[in-house]
Amino acid sequence: MKAKHQRLILALVALVGVAGAGVLGASALRDEAAYFRTPAEVKAGKTEVGEAMRLGGMVAKGSIERQSDGVTIRFVATDGKASVPVQFTGIVPDLFAEESGMVADGRMRADGTFVADRILAKHDERYMPPQMGEMPKNMKAPKDVKATAWP
Amino acid sequence: MHAYANPTRFLAIAKPLTPWLLGVGLLLVLGGAWAGLALVPGDYKQGETARILYVHVPSAWLGMGGWTSLAVAGLAQLVWRHPLAGIAARAIAVPGMLFTALCLATGSIWGKPTWGTWWEWDGRMTSMLVLLFLYAGFIALTTGDDGQRQGGSLSRGAAIYALVGAINIPIINRSVVWWNSLHQGPSITLGGSSIDNALLWPLGLTLLGFSLLFGAIVLMRMRRIIADNRVAARLRRLADDEGTGA
Repeated sequence: MKAKHQRLILALVALVGVAGAGVLGASALRDEAAYFRTPAEVKAGKTEVGEAMRLGGMVAKGSIERQSDGVTIRFVATDGKASVPVQFTGIVPDLFAEESGMVADGRMRADGTFVADRILAKHDERYMPPQMGEMPKNMKAPKDVKATAWP
Repeated sequence: MHAYANPTRFLAIAKPLTPWLLGVGLLLVLGGAWAGLALVPGDYKQGETARILYVHVPSAWLGMGGWTSLAVAGLAQLVWRHPLAGIAARAIAVPGMLFTALCLATGSIWGKPTWGTWWEWDGRMTSMLVLLFLYAGFIALTTGDDGQRQGGSLSRGAAIYALVGAINIPIINRSVVWWNSLHQGPSITLGGSSIDNALLWPLGLTLLGFSLLFGAIVLMRMRRIIADNRVAARLRRLADDEGTGA
């Protein structure tokens, strides 16, 4: 066996070892490295009341309700399997809309409502020209104050 | 594999190839940028901000492709002792890091209006930042080392570092699939594209254009390293001659 064949085998064995270690590490991180938890995971009891966490999901259609104080909203986050009511006081990103993804920082309250300190909009992988996509509700509205995230 | 090991033979091909890569690459990037900014419509939901993808996606591709080539060069150096492998790795590291930084910067600029944040520690962003640091480490390892004065080959440590660092590439790629992340899932997969064709075609131009530019930069840097090596070798010979003549 030539020296370079020995080196090739050694390098390949080492690579396989490192790749295996990487995959093992990544799969062990599966839960820890998740950026947010889904409503189904919350319902499955993976969270404790008062524990700081992120909740991610779709904003359910027709669920955004503005509260009477004018700055608080309530909506339902869903992943298709379960849903969690969310309450948030503050300004949401422009792309926050019903039937669109969002990630909220906050805590579960004892009554099962998620109280968010901050809301981020999550974009999906679809890109298309305006005339093709379903016009989101907030784009149909005339360009006035009401043309923000909620109608 | 060693057919182009001879620097003279390599230069005979690299020299005329460089201006072509540079010229065609620039034309494609400018054309793609113009098409992406002026010809195609904005996204149905994000509007104009989506146009940053024509720079962001090629940057991510070259940042990751750069390290993949770095790892291949590391392997070629370790196993076959290919004389151009170390030179290529040194030449790739800096533009690779540049495009990784460009990817992070454009992503951050897009993230603020889209997500509502400049930066979050989600799997995709964190693994891409790790890639930036890996490049920085590789550049630190290979700057001013012995190999730089001895034909440009990599030290064994640097070559192994390049190989081990490659484990991060599939992690970046799969980060949005393995873990819940803020970054959206892959738009372009083997199964097709969820970017509509009306928005997709300028991306093809900039992707190819930036790749050709990257190739041109790498060839220019390789030629410079070879030229530096020759100057250093000649100076050494001169110094030796003077030493014996005196």
